[in-house]
Amino acid sequence: MEWLSLEQKCMKCKECSAVLIIRVGDAFCKACFKEYFVHKFRAMLGKKRLIYPGEKVLLALSGGPASSSMLQQVQEGLSWEAGKKLRFVPGLVHIDEGAVRGQNLKDREKMVAEVELVLKRSGFPYQIIFLEEVFNLPSSVVRWDSKNIPSVADDYKAAVDGFLCRHTQLKNAESGIRTCSTGAGVQAKLAELSIKEPEPTASTRTLRLPSAQSTQALNQLFDSVTSLTAKEELLHTLRSHLLIHTARAQGYSKVMLGDSCTRLAVKFLTNISLGRGAFLAMDTGFSDGRYGDVVLVRPMREYSLKEISAYNEMFGVPTFFSPALNSKPSEKGSIHQLTETFINKLQSDFPSTVSTVFRTSEKLNVAGSVESPDSDSAARCLFCLCPLDTQIEKASAFHATLVSEHLSQKRSPDLPEAAANQCCASSEEERRCCRKPAEGCSSTTSRADERLTLLDLLCYGCRVTTKDLTMLDHLPHYVRSEADCRTRRAAMKKEIQEFLLHNNTDLEDVLKA
Amino acid sequence: MEERKLSRIVWGARALLSFWTAIPCGGAELLFGGLKKHHVTLPIQSDTWDIRHLLVWIKQNLLQERPELFIQGDSVRPGILVLINDADWELMGELTYKLQNEDSITFISTLHGG
Ligand SMILES: [Zn+2]
Ligand SMILES: [Zn+2]
Repeated sequence: MEWLSLEQKCMKCKECSAVLIIRVGDAFCKACFKEYFVHKFRAMLGKKRLIYPGEKVLLALSGGPASSSMLQQVQEGLSWEAGKKLRFVPGLVHIDEGAVRGQNLKDREKMVAEVELVLKRSGFPYQIIFLEEVFNLPSSVVRWDSKNIPSVADDYKAAVDGFLCRHTQLKNAESGIRTCSTGAGVQAKLAELSIKEPEPTASTRTLRLPSAQSTQALNQLFDSVTSLTAKEELLHTLRSHLLIHTARAQGYSKVMLGDSCTRLAVKFLTNISLGRGAFLAMDTGFSDGRYGDVVLVRPMREYSLKEISAYNEMFGVPTFFSPALNSKPSEKGSIHQLTETFINKLQSDFPSTVSTVFRTSEKLNVAGSVESPDSDSAARCLFCLCPLDTQIEKASAFHATLVSEHLSQKRSPDLPEAAANQCCASSEEERRCCRKPAEGCSSTTSRADERLTLLDLLCYGCRVTTKDLTMLDHLPHYVRSEADCRTRRAAMKKEIQEFLLHNNTDLEDVLKA
Repeated sequence: MEERKLSRIVWGARALLSFWTAIPCGGAELLFGGLKKHHVTLPIQSDTWDIRHLLVWIKQNLLQERPELFIQGDSVRPGILVLINDADWELMGELTYKLQNEDSITFISTLHGG
């Protein structure tokens, strides 16, 4: 019997024996599978025309199958013949999350060494960042800055011209001064950014593991989260902020993520369960412009994990094994894990499940307001930077939930008296920057107030998961100081409003001045 | 060199089976006792060995904890890709595939990767 099945021919060349079933009825031989896989990557980037020639693109590598495969495709793409060759400039970043994945220092060292070997072998500039770095992030990472968004004029055609022009100039004259009429905006911006913080060269970097203190702080933060679901979301948030910051600091204007369609189908359903339905298009789409100047791109989103894993295995693409988020066996699974199991189960019984869910997500469009450059950061979620979906009328059910929450928070027994004392003990500097002497250290409700002010700055989905975060004290400084800043700004806005005729444009001008 | 999320079973001699494995799982611990590679011997049995038998044998002899992360029902957990000699097991009759000498069976988890 086994002979019969081996006989199945490739649907494409109809000559060789098939080695992989991609979709129901589509069986490819090894050579055709490779061609199909590579072609899909090129077609994806070509069709979307989102990445400009010469643009610096940061590849975020987790070391899992999809991102490893993405790196391999980019490497391959740079060696294609002239007309088809990828023309952007890649750099690599890996975020080590060992601290929250239950790895000890020795494991992490070993893991990082392995990762580094692969990154180095790529020949691209690379960086390995520890998740602990979130404690050094500036507030600007969660600020929506419309000034740096490339204008519509910098369209693809212009950028191509710019690239070609620059390219020939560099070839013709070694002088180094490039003048270029088209697409100069993008290039200048990139140049300016990269001057500010020169890229560390791979050879000179010595990797130092994070301090025990920062690892402890990170563990405290994650330990203060009571559900695995909220932990996964927090990790995702912090990781995104690190990626965006790294990209900005080094002049990358695109970040490539290795989300497969299987992963995105899981994310799609997970996010619906988490109350993030309003942002599905951004959270799962090909490009995600929520950060403005740095755009997230998901070039692997049309590959299933089956295709990716088979490709990696057949063509020797190295991947790493990283343990799942630190969890005790007794702990309930996260919505993410349960959804993944659910999707995979469905997929095995109904092989079109993933693609159906995925196609549904395709049909969603980013709402106009989402990417409109004039919405300021006050109207964006402090965590995920999506436009706030929580500004709604007082009569809604959502508002009622908030009110009851507010009341229960005030009486919440898990607010220790220590909160107030601790506030007084905090550094002189912090108190000065807080500029709220009246509220400063007055009562035990200050902690509850801080929580409420924080929740005010979050979208609905982030509010839901932040409920499981018991101690705001452990949040990185950039989050808390930005929260403070936005709250003060809002208060000021309200104050000024009372003196002004209700004219919003005037108000914006005053605030900007 | 690089740790792979896979395991490999290779027939050595008749009724001899060798394993290299680092089996994926949802939790932090590896299912097969934290070992990357296994060399085992398949006992001689009256029936020819097929994948279904093999999975039962793996469950009884190799899985140390939480076997449900690898096997569910009488098959592998959904989301684990099985390659027989580098080819999709769906092309080879899945559970009914009869093991041959020198076969290489690879289990790859597509769960929890990115
Ligand atoms: Zn073929
Ligand atoms: Zn949010």
